[in-house]
Amino acid sequence: MNALAARRRHPAAIAVLLLLGLLVTGGAYSFFAPKDANAAPTVSADAVQDGKNLFLANCASCHGVNAEGTKSGPTLVGVGAASVDFQVSTGRMPLAGPNVQAPVNKVKFDETEIAALAAYVASLGAGPGIPEEKWTTVIQPGTPENNKAIATGGEIFRVNCAMCHNFAGAGGALTRGKYAPALDEATPRQIYEAMVTGPQSMPVFNDRNISPEGKQQVISYLAAQRDQTNVGGFSLGNLGPVSEGLFAWVFGLGILIAGAVWLGKKAA
Amino acid sequence: MNDNETTAPGESGALVSATPGGVVAQSQADAVDRFENPGLPPHVHRLADDDESAAKRAERQVATMFGLSMLGALVFLVAYFVVPDESTFYFPGIGIASTQNVVLGVSLGISILMIGLGAVHWAKTLMPDTEVVEERHLQASSPEDRAKAVASVSKGGEAAQLPRRPLIKYTLGGALGLFALPLGLQVAGSLGPTDVEELKTTIWDPSYNDGKPIRLMRDPEMTPIKLEDVTNGSVFHVMPETLQKFIDEGKHVLEAKAKAAVILIRLDPELIKVQKARDWGVDGTVAYSKICTHVGCAVGLYEQQTHHLLCPCHQSTFDLTEDCTVIFGPAKRPLPQLKIQVDDAGYLVAPQGFDQPVGPSFWERLR
Repeated sequence: MNALAARRRHPAAIAVLLLLGLLVTGGAYSFFAPKDANAAPTVSADAVQDGKNLFLANCASCHGVNAEGTKSGPTLVGVGAASVDFQVSTGRMPLAGPNVQAPVNKVKFDETEIAALAAYVASLGAGPGIPEEKWTTVIQPGTPENNKAIATGGEIFRVNCAMCHNFAGAGGALTRGKYAPALDEATPRQIYEAMVTGPQSMPVFNDRNISPEGKQQVISYLAAQRDQTNVGGFSLGNLGPVSEGLFAWVFGLGILIAGAVWLGKKAA
Repeated sequence: MNDNETTAPGESGALVSATPGGVVAQSQADAVDRFENPGLPPHVHRLADDDESAAKRAERQVATMFGLSMLGALVFLVAYFVVPDESTFYFPGIGIASTQNVVLGVSLGISILMIGLGAVHWAKTLMPDTEVVEERHLQASSPEDRAKAVASVSKGGEAAQLPRRPLIKYTLGGALGLFALPLGLQVAGSLGPTDVEELKTTIWDPSYNDGKPIRLMRDPEMTPIKLEDVTNGSVFHVMPETLQKFIDEGKHVLEAKAKAAVILIRLDPELIKVQKARDWGVDGTVAYSKICTHVGCAVGLYEQQTHHLLCPCHQSTFDLTEDCTVIFGPAKRPLPQLKIQVDDAGYLVAPQGFDQPVGPSFWERLR
């Protein structure tokens, strides 16, 4: 205890206390934060009928009992199975609460339930379907033609996607709190579905704009991007000058100031 | 380190009266609200000044730091040859990192950091820390020295026969003066192209296609676009058909591209409030220059729900329903619209090019 009392006036004491406080607050929050209620609906043989039941129980309050849309949610007639699969399998739907944008969330349904929901919504009107597995298979780098395909994917990505999602797929800000999400967690199927359906602020990139081959190349580029060696060390989120500048200002200047204080302090 | 004993705590007071501040304060003793020079605080001894074992400990600490520095340098030398170039490993917080980069960087960093830390620790514990006051001296040289310097220069000039040979004097001045001009000309000349007409047209102009309408092509695939390809909410990044010639020749591709980038968007025609914007599009499919009118970044961020186009550089926002007028940010002019039609084969074409220069303003721009 004596040692602690002697060190409480140490210049680093404030920094240590601050860090400790932040850790305790963050830890306590994650411990006490409300957990999502998990209601498991039943599964029946008829996928469309089962999807309708799920829809009525979980989606109809916003999208209307016939998916015709209400003030709080758009119509789902004609959005297609791809849209349902994307929104529900990323946990964006059911929406946790009204916000500028539906965030990625805990997935509330299992695969069969999502398939049933998608089948029901697809039965309401024609729309983009769930992509063929052929096009959502990641092209592995190695052979020259595979490498070329991945590089082409990079080119398509930089022209069509990078302005919002960042050159490395790290995401970026839009207006009024909206944002283009980071793509490092998205599965190939979700990336494909997002392109064909254009969820929320994102425009549509249908198969006649970017061909299925092109989409597969984009997906493979993003996958190759994830396993890349960080030769430069910390990528700082690949956000470019913002995070790098912040790092330099906070840590670079912080270390310089701490060094100056240490050097200038009288020894005795 | 007991040599420092000569400056005992009380003695440092003797130094204070010698400071210039002290002298001035004395000479103006009458001034009542004059701030007294408090002088230096009393000198306090360090542990290592009085205690030989503490001094020994400090010596060992400094030596340890220098030793670690040597170790770092040796690790660098060995790792340079031992660690293979392509070797990688998982580094927490970074991901997959290059082993060589990490090992070389860390070892070199430790090597130089420990020299610095050791030197500072040495200075703080063992080097003399007595306060010393040094009088400030005049910065200018003495008048004699200055006179001597001037005499030496003019003597050199006379020895070189400058006063007797004015021809050399004036031609040398002219040569040196003219030499400055090429340097200045480079700066002035690089401020912009001398032929501004180049900035007023793009390769969307039908003159680049023998007067025929120019097809809209997907960027980077360079394939033509049919109207029915462009579904509601779609965004196409577009280049003119005429770019292919530049790509084939491999010359000035980027210059041509830089002005010709176009974004093609389809929205509900009812949403477009400006008649001209509707007329220049086809069924709510409209094409606009992608080059920001502020400083020329690519305006590529399209929010499908708000129908706003954003520029990533300075957040200029253009409202697509209002013929791309600026609703936020530093841009001053709307994005120029490209008139599009459907040709006989069903492909989208631009019949007339842009009606105004695209991109940022320049001096000779007409409006």
